[in-house]
Amino acid sequence: MIFLWSILVVGALLGVMALGLVVAERYLLDYGVCPISINAGERVLEVEGGQSLLEALNEGEIYIPSACGGKGTCGFCKVHVLAGGGRVLPTELPFLSRRDLRSGVRLACQVKVREALDLQIPEDILNVQLFAAEVVSMRDLTPDTKEIRLRLVEPAEIAQRPGQYVQVQAPSPEGPQWRAYSISSPVQETDHVELVVTLVPGGVGSTYLHHLQVGDPVTFTGPFGEFRLSEDPKTELVCVAGGCGMAPVKNIIETVYERWPERSCWFFFGCRTTADAFYFEQWRALAEAHPNFHVIYALSEPGPDDADWQGETGFIHLSVDKYLEPGGERQAFLCGPPPMIEAVTRVLEEKGLPPDDIFYDKFD
Amino acid sequence: MSDPTGGPGALIIFFAAVFTNNILLVYFLGMCSFLACSKQYETSLGLGAAVTFVMTATTILNHVIHHQLLVPLGLEHLQFVVFIAVIAAFVQLVEMVVERFSPTLYYSLGIFLPLITVNCAILGASLFAINIFDYTLWQASWYGLGSGLAFALAITLMTGLRQKMGYANLPPAFRGVSIVMIVTGVMALAFMGFMGMASLD
Repeated sequence: MIFLWSILVVGALLGVMALGLVVAERYLLDYGVCPISINAGERVLEVEGGQSLLEALNEGEIYIPSACGGKGTCGFCKVHVLAGGGRVLPTELPFLSRRDLRSGVRLACQVKVREALDLQIPEDILNVQLFAAEVVSMRDLTPDTKEIRLRLVEPAEIAQRPGQYVQVQAPSPEGPQWRAYSISSPVQETDHVELVVTLVPGGVGSTYLHHLQVGDPVTFTGPFGEFRLSEDPKTELVCVAGGCGMAPVKNIIETVYERWPERSCWFFFGCRTTADAFYFEQWRALAEAHPNFHVIYALSEPGPDDADWQGETGFIHLSVDKYLEPGGERQAFLCGPPPMIEAVTRVLEEKGLPPDDIFYDKFD
Repeated sequence: MSDPTGGPGALIIFFAAVFTNNILLVYFLGMCSFLACSKQYETSLGLGAAVTFVMTATTILNHVIHHQLLVPLGLEHLQFVVFIAVIAAFVQLVEMVVERFSPTLYYSLGIFLPLITVNCAILGASLFAINIFDYTLWQASWYGLGSGLAFALAITLMTGLRQKMGYANLPPAFRGVSIVMIVTGVMALAFMGFMGMASLD
């Protein structure tokens, strides 16, 4: 009997308290509709108060980049909050420099919309759109990397700059998650977006993308990314990539040779074995058509199957060091794992590249 | 000064709770937020006020629930579960109210407000008032208020000392929390000077 009473009493008490909290949340945390003014009134959103600024902007079809999905761990969703938004929270401080703090930069996922807000958002981000697309081909490049081509359905065209990325919506048990992937198709292909995806064990985005079938619908937002290719045809390009860091570099090189067939460009690609050395034939063909394009692949762990490999071996920064002459007007774009980026950056600085002309995209 | 039902009067309990039986410096309850939030006056005063309010209210709530619900049904063994749930729900409620009506306090407490939920001093006050001293509702509410103010007093004093200590040249091994622990011990000794002034029972 006492057990029954215990369960009843605890259950009833907890139920009453939970109900009370739900009711309180409904009435206390009701902020009404708050106006968000963007770039001095260029656009005004009317959103429901109480949600995070990131959610509110997404609802208004302004897609701020965010890789962690609003948990405050990636620090990508920075926006300038000029008025409203309250004080900077301790959870934001690790991502904000002193300059950011002075100019009102906040993490959109941590700012709660409670009042009228006045924001400044770069034009680039306002151009970001939500795309509906459809898988047209899936191709195995290596045992764990796939090339996925998507045909745009709505809107039917994308205007990107080489080196930019999109955020693909992947389903997960905790609701949809957004994961960033570089666009590997060149700028001139406005009706397609191609991705190069390496399967990460347990990864939400890569698992989803690897299991797609031709004809499946895919949703993504984009394009994002700050990189700007030098428009001066005399500037030599140096691209260094490892693994699926191939994607943005493929985009850059194919775009460059469409616009400037004579432009000088070096492409270094690092991988473990010949099995991982995808797109090699394609680049060799491009190098034959364009004498100013140089492609170098290096194997870091050649195995017994790679006995007839004629190219370079060792880590990719050694090849960069070997082939690149110091000096000259150059712009470099690196994409790959952090140790590779660090090693290559050091080599390029020794070759006389100013740090401002070295751009990189690190991934783990 | 004595209560009609026997035991000490409200004022005696209040002063005893603040000085002679300071919940923090005598029982050493609620140390975690005491250590974490005693760096700035703004935070410590905010936390002190919040603890005082929550402690007073939960002592009363728990007293009522214990005597009106648990004792008649013979379910005293559910005390811990029920008290913890009541405190947690109440803190959530306070958080919502504070967020709505005082953004300043909300920001200064920020992430620390949920700390009160698991603050042992708050559960301690409820349990002491019922199990050890067997207070009436009137006495228990004064005990809750006194203990809350005791926490606020201790944490404010500590903030003052920590701010002064900022200028002191401490040996490296003592910097940070270790010197705070030592100073807390010295403060506890100082509070022993109040012994015998008033008694809780």
